[in-house]
Amino acid sequence: MTAPETLLQVEDLRVSFATEEGVVRAVDGITFTVQAGEVLAIVGESGSGKSVSVMTLMGLTRGQNARFEGKAMFDGRDLIAASDAELRKVRGAAIAMVFQDPMSSLDPVYRIGAQIIEQIRVHEPKVSKAQALDRAVDLMERVGIPRARDRVRSYPHEFSGGMRQRVMIAMALANSPKLLIADEPTTALAVPIQAQILDELRRLRDQTGAGIILVTHDLGVVADIADRIAVMYAGRIVEQGTLEDLFYDPQHPYTWGLLGSITRVDRNRAGKLPAIPGQPPSLLAPPEGCHFRPRCPHAFDRCTELPELVSRLPEAPEHPDRCWLEPERKRTLRQVGDQIGLATGETVIS
Amino acid sequence: MSNAAPTIEQPPPRDGSPLLDVEHVRVLFPVKSGTLIDRKVGAVHAVDDVSLQLREGETLGIVGESGCGKTTLIRTIARLIDATSGAIHFRGQDITKAGRRELQPVRREVQMVFQDPQASLNPRKRVGQILTTPLRLRKIPRDRLESESRQLLTRVGLHPEHLNRYPHEFSGGQRQRIGVARALALDPRLILLDEPVSALDVSIQAQVINLLDELQDALQLSYIFVAHDLSVVRHVSDRIAVMYLGKLMEISPAEALYTKPIHPYTSALLAAIPIPDPHENRSRTRPLVSGEPPNPIHPPSGCRFHTRCPRATEVCRTVEPQLTEYSGGHLAACHHPQHVSAQEIERATRSPASPLTAGDQAPAG
Amino acid sequence: MARFVIRRLLAAVGVLIAISVVTFLIFQAIPNGDPAQRIGGRTANAAELALIRHEWGFDKPIYVQYIKTMGKILSGTVVSYSQNLNVLDQIRQGLPATLSLAIGAGIIWLGLGILFGVITAVRAGRFADRALTVLAFIGVSSPPFFLGALAIYYVGYKANIIPLGGYSSLSHPWSWFKHLIAPWLVLSVLFIGIYSRVLRSTILDIQHEDYVRTARAKGLSERQVMVRHILRNSLIPIISLWGLDFAQVIGGGAILTESVFNLHGVGQFAAQSIQRLDVPPVLVITMLTAFFVVLLGALVDVIYAFLDPRIRLSG
Repeated sequence: MTAPETLLQVEDLRVSFATEEGVVRAVDGITFTVQAGEVLAIVGESGSGKSVSVMTLMGLTRGQNARFEGKAMFDGRDLIAASDAELRKVRGAAIAMVFQDPMSSLDPVYRIGAQIIEQIRVHEPKVSKAQALDRAVDLMERVGIPRARDRVRSYPHEFSGGMRQRVMIAMALANSPKLLIADEPTTALAVPIQAQILDELRRLRDQTGAGIILVTHDLGVVADIADRIAVMYAGRIVEQGTLEDLFYDPQHPYTWGLLGSITRVDRNRAGKLPAIPGQPPSLLAPPEGCHFRPRCPHAFDRCTELPELVSRLPEAPEHPDRCWLEPERKRTLRQVGDQIGLATGETVIS
Repeated sequence: MSNAAPTIEQPPPRDGSPLLDVEHVRVLFPVKSGTLIDRKVGAVHAVDDVSLQLREGETLGIVGESGCGKTTLIRTIARLIDATSGAIHFRGQDITKAGRRELQPVRREVQMVFQDPQASLNPRKRVGQILTTPLRLRKIPRDRLESESRQLLTRVGLHPEHLNRYPHEFSGGQRQRIGVARALALDPRLILLDEPVSALDVSIQAQVINLLDELQDALQLSYIFVAHDLSVVRHVSDRIAVMYLGKLMEISPAEALYTKPIHPYTSALLAAIPIPDPHENRSRTRPLVSGEPPNPIHPPSGCRFHTRCPRATEVCRTVEPQLTEYSGGHLAACHHPQHVSAQEIERATRSPASPLTAGDQAPAG
Repeated sequence: MARFVIRRLLAAVGVLIAISVVTFLIFQAIPNGDPAQRIGGRTANAAELALIRHEWGFDKPIYVQYIKTMGKILSGTVVSYSQNLNVLDQIRQGLPATLSLAIGAGIIWLGLGILFGVITAVRAGRFADRALTVLAFIGVSSPPFFLGALAIYYVGYKANIIPLGGYSSLSHPWSWFKHLIAPWLVLSVLFIGIYSRVLRSTILDIQHEDYVRTARAKGLSERQVMVRHILRNSLIPIISLWGLDFAQVIGGGAILTESVFNLHGVGQFAAQSIQRLDVPPVLVITMLTAFFVVLLGALVDVIYAFLDPRIRLSG
């Protein structure tokens, strides 16, 4: 087995924003890698820092009030320390991004073709407009847009949401990226279209060998397409591992809570869902130690101290988590009936 | 709710009669155009001849892609939109044409909870005011308004002290709880839930779903739960209706819809949903449907799904399928039903809920 | 497109009829507005006044007077009460000055409004933004008669750089320019203030649009993002403002500026006619302004549809 090429190596990345109310620690020390040809899913709820993390890699969170620490090595270059000009050469070229809402992510006043051509020519100014147009048509055909030759002349509002997301993907592919970042790419789409877009991403990964970071809150999407998962909660990665690890041997109580919270189309209702009580903490003044502690029914004294993100499983060194509980105890605690969940007694007032 | 005597003596429903009876309801939105004077040049068939019933204490889920008419349908039931034709009976009373005054008691009994809790709560009013307005409509005496409001908040899992806060001081999930409390303030029998958890995070979704569940048991509520997410609908519903381009495609007990979907559109919807379990997800065969729903101003002839359907034949293009009732209260509008045996088709009957324009061909396997 | 034109023409006719009726009625209701006294002058006795009333038709019912007056306007034979001169001729004489004022000022205020709007938006919160914001407020709150008086006194009388007022025809371009530069700037100040504020807030809104983030993610430079995506979308509301304001000025709306600089334009004519309670010129000028507003409104809609493909022309 040849070792896969590591595309991206993020080390102890921290992002904070100065606001009027105080400093928001949106990302609080995350470490992960992405290999060529793999799909890494970053899972979390709103405010977990998942989107801020990936936007920071692209330099899209830079601003007067933002502070960054840590490293993100890509192609021998640190994306965090890179100048704006250096980063611009990477954006839309070696790293491309697809956003959540295709309805608002395309400029309404330009034709679809012009927007793809702009993406091609900003990195390859020598390509003529006519050549770029041909390439735009090819790209649109590649992502399954029928009659692409005619439809380059359409405006975004003449396209449905699914078609616009295909345009976004075509644009992202324009300069053959090594890393594709997809931030909730299917959330805003109708269910059958979601499946089509996921198929598209999977095909691209297979064809181009690019690495994909998929940011999502939807564990169904994760189960469908991801190779590895990082679960984020309140700015930190609380658990990381393969698909197998996370779904069948989850180590962190927050992961249990997420798995218990989801409704499944293949299951009958079995009474109450083992939901996570309470609300996520404020990132202005997060709790000391483990951020999940206030909502965790299994928390104990030691949880006021922050656990390292390390594997506590001798058999799975690549499956680290941030929880002090003994792995053996976890296996009993996480069982709610016949499924995994967060066992809570009463309905806790939120 | 409090032990206060019911403000209005409610007639007990006659045995077996449904709480809500929707008969052949159509809602058309005209499309206008013209040089000098606007003429009607067509219509969006938002809801096109839909019939369904809801029993007391039942939860009916309605699913479909955006634009299928599910939201229009429940807004019509709530009388926020007028039906173009057809009838809606609530507790036996025809509310389709009822005037303001006749409608008032019904409006109180039928409440709606919206998708976006941010947009549906007045940002300039404190939670207390949001709740006392409907309580006053119920003629709750002034001195009991506050205690009633506090009880409502407790009921939906919020602190009674939150009475003096404004909506923006709450998280999304808490705001949705306030939306539910506002609906409960009128002591309704039926709550129409329009994508009530779609805007919420997964863990908060589960909390709100559990809350709705508890309330239904405690207060004997009936729900119509509209959502695009079939897995949420499966979890909360007793029966599920599937809509496509304004038409009812299939309606059945929740489990049967998943284990033996009769309509190919239902199968396509189900197949599109990834199951959050990698092993089971990979073991499934998933016939994905291609393309997107056609324009609702010019819907396809015959069966509306035929343009995307893998099983479509000539009859599907020309004849609108009748709604056929199979065993176990499972209805589907399809010429080529799946997952049913020849005998089951034999025994099946044409449902009176069939669209008036439907052909009378019995389905063929 | 044909449908759009027809609808707009009908709307224009409706607006013109409505506005002329209202204007006509207002002058009927004004106390001391008896036109016979204007025509007869201070010395006229009762018999003379009665004769004038009869000759001019002021003894007829109001609607008959209205219809007669409108007939004269449409046939181009309407004369003013106070000077007995053809109104359309007088307006025609004033039009070059008014057009020169409107076109020059329109270009200046649009250009500088955009420039200052972009600067303040890009430098939001910093010194340039704050300084221009203060200037904008001073501009918005300075009436043209005040600024005009300052300009004439200091730049004209004291420094002797510009003439003390009046209009010089375009056949002497340098003189034309010298006569107009001060009116242009004085008239523009107010609009520059408004436009730069509107554009600043539009840009600050649009900066947060998803498609602007997409543009950055493509690797475009900040300048490209600003010009191609932010500014292009932000200009749409500015264009519609400009169309209406420009129409107003062409139709004689810059009454104060024209009067202060004694340009003898349509606006100044309007001001004098109002002072004399002279109905026919006021009526014609009001209708002219309304006509330009409707026309430019339609033109703006066409430009709109061109700038924003989501908008389709309809009545």
